[in-house]
Amino acid sequence: PLFIPLAQSDMKDYKHLDIRNTVGNVPMEWYQDYPHIGYNLDGKKIFKPIRNKDELDEFLDKMENPDYWRTVHDKTTASDIRLTDEQVDLVHRLQKGQFGDVNFNEYEPSVDFFTNEVMIHPVTNRPQDKRSFIPSLIEKEKVSKLVHAIKMGWIKPRKPKETTPQYYDLWAKEDPNAILGRHKMHVPAPKMRLPGHEESYNPPPEYLLTEEERLVWEQQDAEDRKLPFLPQKHSCLRAVPAFSRFIHERFERCLDLYLCPRQRKMRVNVNPEDLIPKLPKPKDLQPFPTTMSLVYRGHTSLVRSISASPTGQWLVSGSDDFTVRFWEVNTGRCMKTLEVGGAVKSVAWNPNPAVCLVAVCFERTVLLLNPSLGDRLVVSSTDQLITAYEPPEEDKEQAVTWALSEGLEHNMGHRLTLTHPKAVKQVVWHGKGDYLSSVMPDNSSNLQVLIHQVSKRRTQNPFRKNKGLVQCVSFHPLRPYFFVATQRYVRVYNLIKQELTKKLMTNCKWISSMAIHPGGDNLICGSYDCRLAWFDLDLSTKPYKMLRHHKKALRGVAYHRNYPLFASGADDGSVIVCHGMVYNDLLQNPLIVPVKVLKGHQITHDLGVLDVTFHPTQPWVFSSGADTTIRLFT
Amino acid sequence: MGGLQKKKYERGSATNYITRNKARKKLQLSLADFRRLCILKGIYPHEPKHKKKVNKGSTAPRTFYLLKDIRFLLHEPIVRKFREYKVFVRKLRKAYGKAEWTAVERLRDNKPGYKLDHIIKERYPTFIDALRDIDDALSMCFLFSTFARTGKCHVQTITLCRRLTVEWMNYVVTSRSLRKVFISIKGIYYQAEVLGQLITWLVPYQFAHDHPTDVDYRVMATFTEMYTTLFGFINFRLYQTLNLVYPPKLDSKAESELKAEHEEDYAMDSESYLEKLSALSASLARVVATAEEEEENQLDQFPADGEDLENMEAREKEQKEQEAQNRLFEGLKFFLNREVPRESLAFILRCFGAEVSWDKSLCIGGTYNVTDETITHQIVDRPDIDKQYINRYYIQPQWVFDSVNAKMRLPVEDYFLGVTLPPHLSPFVEEKDGDYVPPEKLKLMALQRGEKHVQEEEEDDDDDDDDEEYNDEVDDEDLTEEKNLKKMEDQRSQGKQTLAVKVTPGKVKPWETGSVGNKVRLEKEEKAEEKRLAIMMMKKKEKYLYDKIMFGKKRTTREANKLAAKRKAHEDTSKAEKKQKKAKKQ
Repeated sequence: PLFIPLAQSDMKDYKHLDIRNTVGNVPMEWYQDYPHIGYNLDGKKIFKPIRNKDELDEFLDKMENPDYWRTVHDKTTASDIRLTDEQVDLVHRLQKGQFGDVNFNEYEPSVDFFTNEVMIHPVTNRPQDKRSFIPSLIEKEKVSKLVHAIKMGWIKPRKPKETTPQYYDLWAKEDPNAILGRHKMHVPAPKMRLPGHEESYNPPPEYLLTEEERLVWEQQDAEDRKLPFLPQKHSCLRAVPAFSRFIHERFERCLDLYLCPRQRKMRVNVNPEDLIPKLPKPKDLQPFPTTMSLVYRGHTSLVRSISASPTGQWLVSGSDDFTVRFWEVNTGRCMKTLEVGGAVKSVAWNPNPAVCLVAVCFERTVLLLNPSLGDRLVVSSTDQLITAYEPPEEDKEQAVTWALSEGLEHNMGHRLTLTHPKAVKQVVWHGKGDYLSSVMPDNSSNLQVLIHQVSKRRTQNPFRKNKGLVQCVSFHPLRPYFFVATQRYVRVYNLIKQELTKKLMTNCKWISSMAIHPGGDNLICGSYDCRLAWFDLDLSTKPYKMLRHHKKALRGVAYHRNYPLFASGADDGSVIVCHGMVYNDLLQNPLIVPVKVLKGHQITHDLGVLDVTFHPTQPWVFSSGADTTIRLFT
Repeated sequence: MGGLQKKKYERGSATNYITRNKARKKLQLSLADFRRLCILKGIYPHEPKHKKKVNKGSTAPRTFYLLKDIRFLLHEPIVRKFREYKVFVRKLRKAYGKAEWTAVERLRDNKPGYKLDHIIKERYPTFIDALRDIDDALSMCFLFSTFARTGKCHVQTITLCRRLTVEWMNYVVTSRSLRKVFISIKGIYYQAEVLGQLITWLVPYQFAHDHPTDVDYRVMATFTEMYTTLFGFINFRLYQTLNLVYPPKLDSKAESELKAEHEEDYAMDSESYLEKLSALSASLARVVATAEEEEENQLDQFPADGEDLENMEAREKEQKEQEAQNRLFEGLKFFLNREVPRESLAFILRCFGAEVSWDKSLCIGGTYNVTDETITHQIVDRPDIDKQYINRYYIQPQWVFDSVNAKMRLPVEDYFLGVTLPPHLSPFVEEKDGDYVPPEKLKLMALQRGEKHVQEEEEDDDDDDDDEEYNDEVDDEDLTEEKNLKKMEDQRSQGKQTLAVKVTPGKVKPWETGSVGNKVRLEKEEKAEEKRLAIMMMKKKEKYLYDKIMFGKKRTTREANKLAAKRKAHEDTSKAEKKQKKAKKQ
């Protein structure tokens, strides 16, 4: 507590006010619970003021009382004391570091009591100590320690400071060949990237970010940003502020230099044009179909399968609307429409030109039709061929029931009906036209493929074991081989020896279709995973070439009988025609060149082209699609 | 058979690499010391090809160093110094704790220090190697020299950096090797060609730094330690090649000139010499006394070199151009106002042979006053100035930078006081085929080729409303990317020729003029299809590469198109605004 001694004169003035607390220097908190805070000189209690000042009082006091600044609170008496002028003066003096007493002279002349001159009479006459005459023992010990240390070589003289200049010609004797072993492996740090126009303080207006770009930039993570800074435009050099991330960037560069693994990256410096393979020009590989010339309309649902007659005059198509239609190729006219009792899965025209028969399969039935189109002689001879059948003496149990159609059905063209135990997916003719094979895909039995002989009305099941879900089958055009495509493999069987000759690995996930080159040594497989595999049967069991031309699943593939052409149709609605030249020379590999992408089919329900087939004599290709049309490309 | 079973990870790549922690243990260093050593010796981690093999089957993220590198570090004498220093610190702390002040003093006297000379020599066996790697050193030293002398690093480092950068700038001025300058939002980029090496560095603007907290200044300081050593040796060698005294001294003549009356007011004695050097207004003392004559001799020697290589005409031409650029501002007298960045401008102007001065109160070393009648250019960066002299140009600082980059004195009209400045382009961008070229650059290139009319024409067009259409056409042409102007003109003339032959009035485009055009188009289509079919037959690997290349190409064109469209939009709006203004005036 501030104790201010009151001057004598003041004492008189404040006599009646002189309330001094006699409790001494004790914490005033001790009187917290009492109404008084101590005792005055007379031993009377000093009472606390009735009401303590709160903050508001304090504030009002501060605002209104002109003497507030010179009022101090005395805790011992709990009273406010207004300082007199003298007291204020005293405080000011003390604050300035001056003496409290106004009259004190701090610059009084000093009295030189002990003079610097040696007097003849000493101030004290004490004799000197003895220890000032004899050498110090402690010091001697210390010195002897040092001497011993020097003798033992523990203390060495200070090394002279090095005098070589800080910088000198370091590379005075440089040898360009003197490269350390380490430097062979050393990758020098790449230099900093040089700034572009956008970093300018006054860039061209196109380099500034628009409002949206700016928002995008701000929302991006720092690593994702294309520019590490926002381009800015300043009207003059004076307005350019400091770059706030300068030290950061320098530091990041330092980190890159000592923490970043370095690697030499080989840049491929190739002209993209050089990468494109040099192929013969499609122009030189003509003829091939180039334009869509005819559209065969009439079906009301997707057309699953088509087949051309061996003369090339007629075309048969089977559709999901339970009909089979016969078309004249050159005019696009629908010659005949036959209702059958189910969605037609596959149609196949007998390849023998002397026979006019069409195999149609729907549900569990394979129907042999005589469309009665073309040469009358051929038509009648076909009918004769069928009626000339004589049932054998001993009736063998067959997997299929053969039934001859009569009456109305006969008039409609039905000749023979083969009722299968299961749903039939595909029918194919042998090249000679007497044998016929049907596929009943079923994963669980060995009865998947049947071979029928029409002239003897006989059916055989060639396989004893189930080798997987059969997708499609095909006869070799010349030799007695039989191709069976399961989900991933194509097996080639010798029908005479009754043995497996080859198993082709297609590298596809799921085979959809297959076609055999008329020469018989090559085979193409279309698959649902967009690939087309070309096998050279003499070469290997692996594909000679995988073509990924289509964007979607392949549905049909076909070879041309005379021209070196093959076509593939896929769900992307396009038919791609390729030139596939097979040479007689065994050393020369087949030449495969895509020559035309034919588009025309609309994609309906994610299905595009469902089947393709070539015209037997002309370089024309037919395609049937999910958009209920058949198209001819010439 | 027999034999012991071979253990895993004892052969092959696993033995070629070592993790950071193991390396640290092998060297018996703390992590901080290990880092320091790696920085000084230039050792960096390696990414193994098969990380899992090297990591002994684990896939934990680890940093790997080559074992050879770490073995190489084992022989480093500095490692011992690091350990000594550690011991020294321990002893010192102990002595402090015991208040043994004599011991403290003795220890301080014997403080272990190390030199980096041998490391520099080892890392850069030849001088050119060192010069090639000086970019980062320069930028770092320039940054450190702008630091305030408080706290963040030793004052000695800062002064040393300042000294070295001043020496470097003086060297560049004397050798006149500055080539390009660029004002970016980060700072000012300079590019110099020293002994055939292109050296680029970045100088921050002269502002106090807002020191970030997430930056490890110890790492920066270690780099700076290495860089200052390297930089000093390089400076020494460079000064030697120019026959200059190192450490640099001012020419005796210049020194007497610069002896200002109230030098003491400006800086302390210890600093005033460096300040005078950093003023860059005086030439340096040479080892051989006849300084000026020698300079002339040196200039004469350049063509002599060219004669030796007679067959290389292109080179000679380049050299001539170079010389012309070096004399870009020769004979001009500049005065810098106080608001422009003095140091950078003085540096650039002096590099190209101009005389520079500034106000006495701004910096030491100004040689003449504003009132000097022979001043040709005054560089001003404020909207207006009170008292103007008639016989000098008042220009904005960007003129100097743009002129240097254009290698010619640009017309001053665009840079006058208060004029909206043309965009400042980066001189470091070299446009390839297909890149976007800003129209300003095209204009500049035309100007460099000596076609002055281009600009005038544009100006005329701006004035005439009747020519607006034509102007638009010109703009469109400017904007079509991938084709420069010349190609365009060729195409145009071709078009005209076919017109003349065909004589079919009213039809302009050659495609639509009949069978000829059709044929051309058909042929084109055929070719395109051929290509598409050929692409289908590509091998998978090649197809991938091809697609990647084509994707990159497409992206560049897309970006270029975007920029061009943005420019067009901007120009359209500005034109519309101009028209509105004109309409208002009328």
